Amino acid sequence: MSNKVYVAGVGLTKVDEHWWTSLEYLMTEASLKALDDAGVNKVDSIYVGSMLSPVLQEQGHLGALLAEELGLSSVPAIGVEAASASGAAAVYAGAREIESGRANAVLVVGVDKMSDGLAEEVTAAMMIGERQEYVGFIGATFYSLNALIYRLYMDKYNIDQEKIALFPVLCHEHAVNAPHAQYPFKIKLETVLNSPYVAEPLRRFETTAIADGAAALVLVNEETGKKLDSPKTELVIEAATDYLTPFQREDPLWFPAVQLSTSKALERAKLGRQDIKILETFDATSIMAILSLESSGFSERGKAWRLLEKGELSLSGSLPCNTFGGLKARGHPIGATSVYQIAELHLQITRRAGKNQVDNAVAGLAQSLGGIASTAFTTILREV
Amino acid sequence: MFKIKVPRYWRHKDFRYRLNAWKCNHCGETHFFKPLICRKCRSREFIQVSLPETGKLLAYTVVRSPPEGFELQSPYIIGFIELDDGTRILGQVTDCQPEELKQGMRVEATFRRIREDEEDKIIAYCYKFRPVI
Ligand SMILES: [Zn+2]
Repeated sequence: MSNKVYVAGVGLTKVDEHWWTSLEYLMTEASLKALDDAGVNKVDSIYVGSMLSPVLQEQGHLGALLAEELGLSSVPAIGVEAASASGAAAVYAGAREIESGRANAVLVVGVDKMSDGLAEEVTAAMMIGERQEYVGFIGATFYSLNALIYRLYMDKYNIDQEKIALFPVLCHEHAVNAPHAQYPFKIKLETVLNSPYVAEPLRRFETTAIADGAAALVLVNEETGKKLDSPKTELVIEAATDYLTPFQREDPLWFPAVQLSTSKALERAKLGRQDIKILETFDATSIMAILSLESSGFSERGKAWRLLEKGELSLSGSLPCNTFGGLKARGHPIGATSVYQIAELHLQITRRAGKNQVDNAVAGLAQSLGGIASTAFTTILREV
Repeated sequence: MFKIKVPRYWRHKDFRYRLNAWKCNHCGETHFFKPLICRKCRSREFIQVSLPETGKLLAYTVVRSPPEGFELQSPYIIGFIELDDGTRILGQVTDCQPEELKQGMRVEATFRRIREDEEDKIIAYCYKFRPVI
């Protein structure tokens, strides 16, 4: 039997283009907020997830760097990387350490600061999560790979783009009252459909933008949790991997790693899909959100658009999704994003979601993807 | 940026220049670069094959937001192609405008310049696909 893991504190910085703030400052700010929220001064170890900092800031060694910034040098601190799921990888490492009994309290942080790079540099940097010698070499981009999948999907199921382009509209609706969201305003479907192509059929408003942000969690074991006054949730995290290039998989429209990590997490939490009351999908593009909904079993294949159309994913729907705006509207500071997702579930379940509070948010599930589901983490948070 | 360094570039030229690849003796999985063990069945026996140079275009898109190093080429086409032996491969599609392309159309491999490293003046080549006329 492994020890239970609790989230005892969260810290979020506003997602934005923070021109006057450094990577170090952002991750320290989020960390302090999380430590203060939990009411702890010290932790047994630190894990920092980041994807782009070795390229855009030419900065590695984020573990020791953050420990120093926090005045916690001497504490074991390690940087972890799993492409755009790097933040979830940090959570995974921290959670496993608590489960094993080796730590009572762990700080996990996700951070990335994209505004330090030019658009072309960021586009190139995003490809470090793909096979560079093959896919990077020919000039393919993350969005062009998404576009190919998007085209195959629309053909296979004979679905129009306007059905899928509703996803960003939903996200923006949910970001309106999110204090930490990058784009807290509504958009219309026409705005999405009239935005320029990034790689046809994928349009600008179906993707995310340059974003800076850091998010942090304090994870504790049961005994430590009992001594803390802060509101807590119980956390279960599972992971799976797949080929880096979706086009070498048997079916590019199916994410086996999402399916597998979802099943494993539900099984370990002893929950069924019907017990999940809020969902965080990884909408790096509209089509990725759709495929994740289907691969995780929350929708039948080819039918995720119906959940959108019927309003099931809205705050008042049967399965509120991306309740603070998701990657599209809260923002997608790559390595930080999955920690935002988990922190947002925590805010919902501990009834601190403000105007976005979902009534029966007793259990939530976050899908965090590295690349096009080459890594998939599934995190379940539940009421304690 | 993806720096073009000669040894790194050179070691993969068999695939990039001639579409030479490796097929698993046990399950038939195609590996573009020489593998040690099959990613699908974990067999360790492979035979080198020349992939067919023709196939059909399954899907295509246009890169309008290029990565560093490809700015001058943008916009350019990326295609997802099924070669005649069933191998699926990504590649640039050239010698045509996007409007001329149709899903399912026949394409053939051709040998082209992929990029020039401006600093080191190294020109990198690779297969690209073009419509069969
Ligand atoms: Zn094999």
